[in-house]
Amino acid sequence: MKARFALRASTPWWRGPLLVGVAALLTILISAIMIRWAGGAPIPAVRYMFISPLQSRFGFTESLLSATPLVFTGAAVAIAFRAGYWNIGAEGQLLAGTIGATWVGLHAEPLPRIVGVPLILLAGMLFGALWALTPALLRTRLGIDEVVTTLLLNPVALLIITGLLNGPWRNSESGFPDSDVIADSTKLWIIWPNTRVHFGLALGVVVIGLCWWFVGKMSGGLKLRAVGLAPNAARIAGLPVERTLLITALVSGGIAGLGGASEIAGVAHQLTTGISNNFGYTGVIVATLASLSFIGALLVALMFGVITVGSFSASRALEIPSQIGQLVQAVLLITVVCALVIQKYRVVWSTKKIEVSK
Amino acid sequence: MNPVEGVTFAFSGGAPSIILRNITKAYGETIALNEVSLDLHAGEVHALLGENGAGKTTLMKILYGLSQPDSGQIEAGGVALRIESPRDARAAGIGMVTQHFSLVKNMTVIENIALASAKTFAIDLAAVRTEIVVASTRFGLDVPPDAIVASLPIALQQRVEILKALMSGCSYLILDEPTAVLGPNDIDSLLEVIRRLRSDAGIGIVLISHKMAEIEKVADRVSVLRRGQVVSSSLANGITSKELVALMVGEQQSGISQRKPEPRTGQSPILVLESVGVARETGGLSDVSFAVRPGEILGVAGVSGNGQSELVNVLSGTTQIDSGTIVVEGRQLGSNTPQSLMRAGVGILGEDRHASAVHALQVVENLILDCVEKFNGKFQLRRKEMLSHCESAISQFEIKASPKQAFGTLSGGNMQKVLLARLFSRNPKVAIISQPTRGLDVMATNYVRSLIAQASKQGTAVVLVSEDLDEILELADRVAVMYRGSVVGVVDHSEASRESIGELMAGIA
Repeated sequence: MKARFALRASTPWWRGPLLVGVAALLTILISAIMIRWAGGAPIPAVRYMFISPLQSRFGFTESLLSATPLVFTGAAVAIAFRAGYWNIGAEGQLLAGTIGATWVGLHAEPLPRIVGVPLILLAGMLFGALWALTPALLRTRLGIDEVVTTLLLNPVALLIITGLLNGPWRNSESGFPDSDVIADSTKLWIIWPNTRVHFGLALGVVVIGLCWWFVGKMSGGLKLRAVGLAPNAARIAGLPVERTLLITALVSGGIAGLGGASEIAGVAHQLTTGISNNFGYTGVIVATLASLSFIGALLVALMFGVITVGSFSASRALEIPSQIGQLVQAVLLITVVCALVIQKYRVVWSTKKIEVSK
Repeated sequence: MNPVEGVTFAFSGGAPSIILRNITKAYGETIALNEVSLDLHAGEVHALLGENGAGKTTLMKILYGLSQPDSGQIEAGGVALRIESPRDARAAGIGMVTQHFSLVKNMTVIENIALASAKTFAIDLAAVRTEIVVASTRFGLDVPPDAIVASLPIALQQRVEILKALMSGCSYLILDEPTAVLGPNDIDSLLEVIRRLRSDAGIGIVLISHKMAEIEKVADRVSVLRRGQVVSSSLANGITSKELVALMVGEQQSGISQRKPEPRTGQSPILVLESVGVARETGGLSDVSFAVRPGEILGVAGVSGNGQSELVNVLSGTTQIDSGTIVVEGRQLGSNTPQSLMRAGVGILGEDRHASAVHALQVVENLILDCVEKFNGKFQLRRKEMLSHCESAISQFEIKASPKQAFGTLSGGNMQKVLLARLFSRNPKVAIISQPTRGLDVMATNYVRSLIAQASKQGTAVVLVSEDLDEILELADRVAVMYRGSVVGVVDHSEASRESIGELMAGIA
């Protein structure tokens, strides 16, 4: 028996949502098996992981908090990928953003908050874009593949942070390799009283909205899509392909950097080497799961926030490793990618000879 | 539809006949093939004729295992064949040379052929080399065995493809529009190869083609497909070209462009190329000079690969010139970027319509891609205006499509019409038009040619690059002939003939 893929002629509207539902069920099933294997009880674990965060105010708001950086990195990756610029460097760009933000935060004591906050966000964005500049120039001027360069710059950004924290930015009180706490005037507003949900989330939603509007509705967005889908055709139509790629790369880096600033100014309030919990890499997964749709990226980011919080409470309550959360995300990626393939192609099993029509 | 009886084994001696029975294939709601039956015999050239979208390629893809039929059966010598992949097809002795070659361009000819015919773990390249030499003399298919495929001209690459199919042991060979990419001389030698394969080696050949002249020359049997059905299948000497065309299009050919070519001398030239050069190891340009006046059509003829593509790239701005000057309306261009050419009023229709548009975008989006800014609203694109602009282009250019349809789902002719609509809606002063009717059916070809004639009537200067000499002779006021990257002669229409231009194309004159 042989299987092969055949392109579907048409796709009814319900097939997409149905397949995502199937993928989600499969993910839960596979995760349950893994949890059983790790010595936990699967059903409570699944409940802890996917449902309990949504049942308490604390769980819900913590989920929103965990989702915040992923909203930024998801948007950053999605917009770059839409233009055909394969930016795998959101991690490094986010880290660069945290450096810029911390630098402003440590020097902005006398400023009022209405000046300090825009300044720290701007610094994050600028540093993120700057970190994205070199690979973008190499790509657009010399044709050097950006997948490799953006990826390789990620650990470099982390090493710079380690250097700074062990050198000039070492904590002045504890002597630990954490920076001092940033100035109050640069801390983001809490938008949900008595929780940790901060202005960064609102900003992320705005960024998603802007990206969606720009790519879908504006002439620049149409150009960006054309460049991403068929660069040669875009060139023949007189579109500035290289400039589009360069600008998109910088915008992507800027959004990731803004995510870094949001982490510093919104929750951490100081720079640590653990400031990013692989937010940039997870952003690639978020954007992929969303099929590069911005609204989709927002929803996936929120879901990942729930899973992150849920896996922590599951691991505490059931004494299973907290990495189970990452495992669930990975399984989800695999099942959803399979679902996307099945949405486009149908599987044909051939067991017998071609039938005679009569 | 049954083939002519009684002559089935006229050329017997080869493999058993292959019979396709009631093959049906639908893509969504479109029925590409409807109960098609066809008999193929060893030692016979079977020409498959039909307009674009008639189903020729689909049928052959099914025979070669690239596509699966919804129903129907393929038999050889009374036994049902199960062909689910090209590998199955090759095992059954069926080979195919598709329009897009499947050669590994960075490998040598030997390596490519070894790759296809290797049956053992170790490859003896020296032995393969001997086999190639033997096979190429036997079939009259001269190829340089040690050359890197990418360095070979297209005609030689095609020979490698044919040789590859033959050496993997096929007794039936499908050639999908093999002459579409060749110049006149290469066409003749290919037809000679086909004859030898048929007569000397007893191979059955399926020749998909649009060109009557070739079919007259080599075909033993002709089948005509129209809208997914075989409308005629007969011996070649029993049917005239005229009858075949009538069967193909199903109606009388519409009028031709009705243009009366003549040299225009009154006005000063609008586009002048002076000693334009592009430095390349192969395939560059050297010392290309010509001028085009408003309302004039300058044909650019030449055997494929003599610099025409590079010339078009220069005039579309995708290749930068290394020497010489380009002057548009008396103003010299600083550099020939796509943007500067477009601003100067030079429009382009590229030779590859697939590469000229974004398949995944809608028709309307592709149509306005070169002037998006025009539809910029305050905060978003003015979609309504885009759509109404598209609607009017669709009716003006007789495009069979809806504005929101994905461009990639259009037929070749309609793709070309969309691209022509995009070109002419800019009202270009100069239009660079490359291979406008390649692979189009008769109706679409005539329509496209009349559009070009109409544009010149309205004062657009046209540079028409085409490998179809008849097209150039029909439309062009003057013909520039390219040979090895240079313009070797410019001939007025009154003096242009197939012979005079042919000599220039061959580099004789």
